[in-house]
Parts: sequence; C-alpha cells; structure tokens
Amino acid sequence: MIEIFGVPLMALYSQLMLGLVNGSFYALLSLGLAVIFGMLNIINFAHGALYMIGAFCAWMLLSKFNIGYFEALLITPLILGLIGVIIERLLLKWLYQVDHLYGLLLTFGLALIFEGYFRSQFGVSGETYDIPEILDGPVNLGFMVIPKYRLWVIFLSLIVCVLTWFMVEKTRLGSYLRAATENPKLTQAFGINVPLMVMLTYGFGVALAGFAGVMAAPIYQVSPLMGSHLIIVVFAVVVIGGMGSISGAIISGLGLGIIEGLTKVFYPPLSSTVVFIIMAIVLIFRPAGLFGREK
Amino acid sequence: MMRTVTYLILLAIGLLLPHFVYPVLLMKILCFAIFACAFNLLLGFSGLLSFGHAAFFGGAAYIAGYLIKNLELPTIIGILGGVLFTALLGWLVGLLAIRRQGIYFAMVTLALAQMIYFICLEAPITGGEDGMQGIPRGNLFGLSLQSDLTLYYVVLAGFIFAFLLIYRTIHSPFGQVLKAIRENEPRAISLGYDVSKYKLLAFVLSASISGFAGILKMLVFNFATLTDVHWHMSGDVVLMTIFGGIGTILGPVVGSTIIIGLEDQLADSAGDMVTVIMGAIFVVCVLIFRKGIVGESVALYQRMLGRKNLT
Repeated sequence: MIEIFGVPLMALYSQLMLGLVNGSFYALLSLGLAVIFGMLNIINFAHGALYMIGAFCAWMLLSKFNIGYFEALLITPLILGLIGVIIERLLLKWLYQVDHLYGLLLTFGLALIFEGYFRSQFGVSGETYDIPEILDGPVNLGFMVIPKYRLWVIFLSLIVCVLTWFMVEKTRLGSYLRAATENPKLTQAFGINVPLMVMLTYGFGVALAGFAGVMAAPIYQVSPLMGSHLIIVVFAVVVIGGMGSISGAIISGLGLGIIEGLTKVFYPPLSSTVVFIIMAIVLIFRPAGLFGREK
Repeated sequence: MMRTVTYLILLAIGLLLPHFVYPVLLMKILCFAIFACAFNLLLGFSGLLSFGHAAFFGGAAYIAGYLIKNLELPTIIGILGGVLFTALLGWLVGLLAIRRQGIYFAMVTLALAQMIYFICLEAPITGGEDGMQGIPRGNLFGLSLQSDLTLYYVVLAGFIFAFLLIYRTIHSPFGQVLKAIRENEPRAISLGYDVSKYKLLAFVLSASISGFAGILKMLVFNFATLTDVHWHMSGDVVLMTIFGGIGTILGPVVGSTIIIGLEDQLADSAGDMVTVIMGAIFVVCVLIFRKGIVGESVALYQRMLGRKNLT
C-alpha cells in the first residue's frame, strides 16, 4: 500500500474529500455572510440557524408532502429567502441607524429563538434524510472510490459559488449592488432603489444558507443543533479570509475545509480547533484577513 | 448622600435575604451579577463587545476545580490560581482580539472561546461531557463552607469586593480614558493614549473578574460544567447586561437578577422554550429597549426632573 508520512494514501484521499465537503459548506455559508455584510454591515448570527431550518424544511417537504430532494433544492431557498425578506423588513430595518453591533445582537436573539423552538419540537437527537436514489452509491474516480453524493455536494456548491461571484462581479445587477455597498446615498441619488436591494440581498444570503441546509440534510443528521457549531467555525473562516471579497470567502472556505481534513489524518486531536488556531496566526500577521482590505 | 443610603439599603437586603429566599438561588444570582458587571466594564465602559466571556467564566471554574479536587489544594489557592489563569488567558485572547474592532472583535472572541470550549471538552482532566463533578467546597480562612448560609455570605463578600473594584476602576483616571476610547477612539489616540494598552488592560481585568464569578459558581454547585463554557453563556451575559442597562453601574445586577430569576421560574414549566423566551427578550431589548431597565429608568427620571424645572 502506498503511504505518505506513514498515512495510507487512501485514508489521505478520503479525508481530503471529506474536508472538501465540509469546505463546500464553509464556502457557501461564508459567502452568504459576506454578501449580507457587504450590503447591510451586519454579521448575520442567525445564519447557522437558518441553515438548520433549510435542512428541516427539506426533511419536512419529504416526510409531510413527499416532495423529493431536487425539488427541495429549489423550493427551500425560496422559502428561506422569503423568511429572510420578512426578517429584514420587520426587524433589521430598524437598526440601520444605530451601532452595527446591534444587528449582531438581534440576529443572535433570532438564532436562540429558532434553535430553541426546533429543539422543543424535535428534540436534539435529529432526523435522517435519505440520499436520493440517483446520487446514492459509490463512484470510481480511478485513483479512489467515493460516495456519489459527496462529489455532487462539492460540484454543486462550486457552481453556486461561481454563479454568485459572477452575478456580483460581472452583471449589471451586481454593479448596482457593489455601488450601493460603496456609497448607498449616492447610489440612491442615481435612482436605484437601495432599500429594495438591501432587502433582496438579505433574502439572497439567507436563501444561500437554506440551499446549504438542503445539501447538508443527507450527509449530516438533520438536528436543531447542526447550525450553531458550524456558524462559529464559519465566523473564524470569515475572519481569516477577510470580508473584502466574494472570491476570498469561497477560497478560504474550501481551503480551511481541506486543512481541517488533513489535520484529521495527521493529528486528530487538533482537528476541531485547527481553524481557530489558524485564525489566531492570521490575526497576528495579517489582522485584516488574507483577502481583506484594511479600512 | 442619597446614593449612600441606597447602597446601604441594598446591603441590608443582601444580608437578610437568605433567611427568606433559597440561598443557592441567591448565590447563583450573585455569581451572575459579578459576571455581568465584569462584562459591563468591557462593553459599557470601553465599548468592546466580547462574545467569548464564557471561556473565562467556565474556564476558571475548571482550573480552580482541578486545583481543589485533583491536587487537593486549599480553596483559597484554587480561587487565586483560577483567577490568575483567567488573567493570563484574558491577556492572550485580548492581545489577539484587540487587533480588530467592532463586529470583528466580537467574532474573534467568539471563535477563540469556542476553541477553549473544545479544549474543555477534550482535555483529559475535565471529565468531557459530564463536566468535573464532586469538587469539595473546603474551608476558607478556617471557615467551613459546607453550609449554604456560610457560603452565601462569602459569595456576598466576593460580590461586594468585585463590585467595588469595578466601581473604583470606572471612576479612576484609567476608567475615564476607557470612556474616552469608547466615545472616540481616534481622538484618544491623537491625545497620545496608547489605546491598545488600555483596551488590553480592561480586557484582562474583565476576564479575571469573570473568572472569579465562575469559580464562585463552581463552589456553590460543586461542579464545573461545559454549559458554562458554551457560547450560549457568552450570549446570556450579553443579554443580562443589555437588559439591565449597558454602561450603568447597577444595570448588570438588575439584569442578572431578573434573567436568572426568570430562568429559575421557567425551568420546570417551559423546558426548551426558555431559550426561545430568552431570544425574544434579546430581540425586544435590541429593537425598542436599548438602554435597558436602569438606563430607561434614569432617562425617565431625568425627563421628569426636566419637566419640573420647566414649570
């Protein structure tokens, strides 16, 4: 058997793949956070809870209405997006004039409400969501055999990330968005409806979280607690990458997923803390983050 | 004068209360009051929102528990050791966190606290998911702490000590500089203050007192638990402080009394819905009640005074 540093190559590959899967979720969630932060200057603490709701939404669609995975991939982001729009109109709207930290606190409160509610309804044990039949089973890549679904997750999240990047950086709508991020008053003076854009941006960011939730449902347990730990790691990812750029969020998300996977192979006890350690190191040498701009 | 009378009345209530109310609940409230006051020193008087204070609160309890239970050292050594440890930890975390501001500061502290959480979960001495149990209260200055009433007065003394320490800090020249940094950081820098040093010192002080609070709580309940290191706890202390009134002296005490009292009342009937209720209080506070109970009362009082002056 081929080995690298005493680790079988197969184990290395499979952990790398797992790392990439985790990294895909980090990338999707930090992408959503970055998009929301750019426009609203708010760190959405409820992002993890909304991701959890996305997973539950898919589970409920299947168990209550017999609506399958692929339909859920379309319907859930729409539902979550709607929830996001409601949150923005009803609550966040009132906080734009005060310190941005209040936005963090408000969304923290929302996260508690969502998590507590789902825990009281479903307990902490979690529900299972079966992998759709087409994506079930292994696939042989030549150098390794992996479950089809994992490959699908990596592939699909990459597409969504690239599409989002393209939309923000290359389209007309994206240029409005960037303009409104840079200078909302001036953008409004040019006749662009900034409050509408803010609302849609938050809705879009939340929809991304919901999308990630549906993808996560078949891999992880659908449980009320699935979002809360993840969101803290994603915060660390965001600090490491810096909020400056969309591509930064994607690259650091995937990169840290891989690093975490590698740590699991070479030194397992560190695997749950390695992201935070990297964050500390980045803070020492590049406080603004790897891709961030110092304001 | 009126202030002195108020504090004396509060002190008298504090001394008599355990004869009427279950002392363990009172001690829990006092521990959280210390914790919230320490947190308020940072948020209310230096303008730094730490989302990782549970690491100090819970972390200190583990260290003190280890010293007292595993090494069988006297309680006082456990307390001092735990506080010293949190001061060091606070210095390390603070050193990293003050490199960023505002929202990033909150995220960095949260992430570092999560790291401490994992260490507490996985380290061999902490008892993992079960926490560290059966930590003896021991003796303090020859006084056995076994009786709840005795321990209550010790905790009350600890609370008064911490409260006075924070009160003095806020009203010292150091505290004034902190307020200046909160109000306008660039101006404080241009006036020649080494802002980072002041922030760091405030952070270390706040962390140490939080650790002290956590150790007292550990002595009350005889165990150190993962709950106290969890990010929910960091959120709870933010809630107590905001609910009572950010930047007011008594606000955190009022806030922690109400929140802990409420949690205690709801624990049996509401179960998991407690989290939902706490979240709802959070949302309401942030939306329409940003000054908190004490802050709003003071504002109301001043408005009434103002009106009286006009007529």
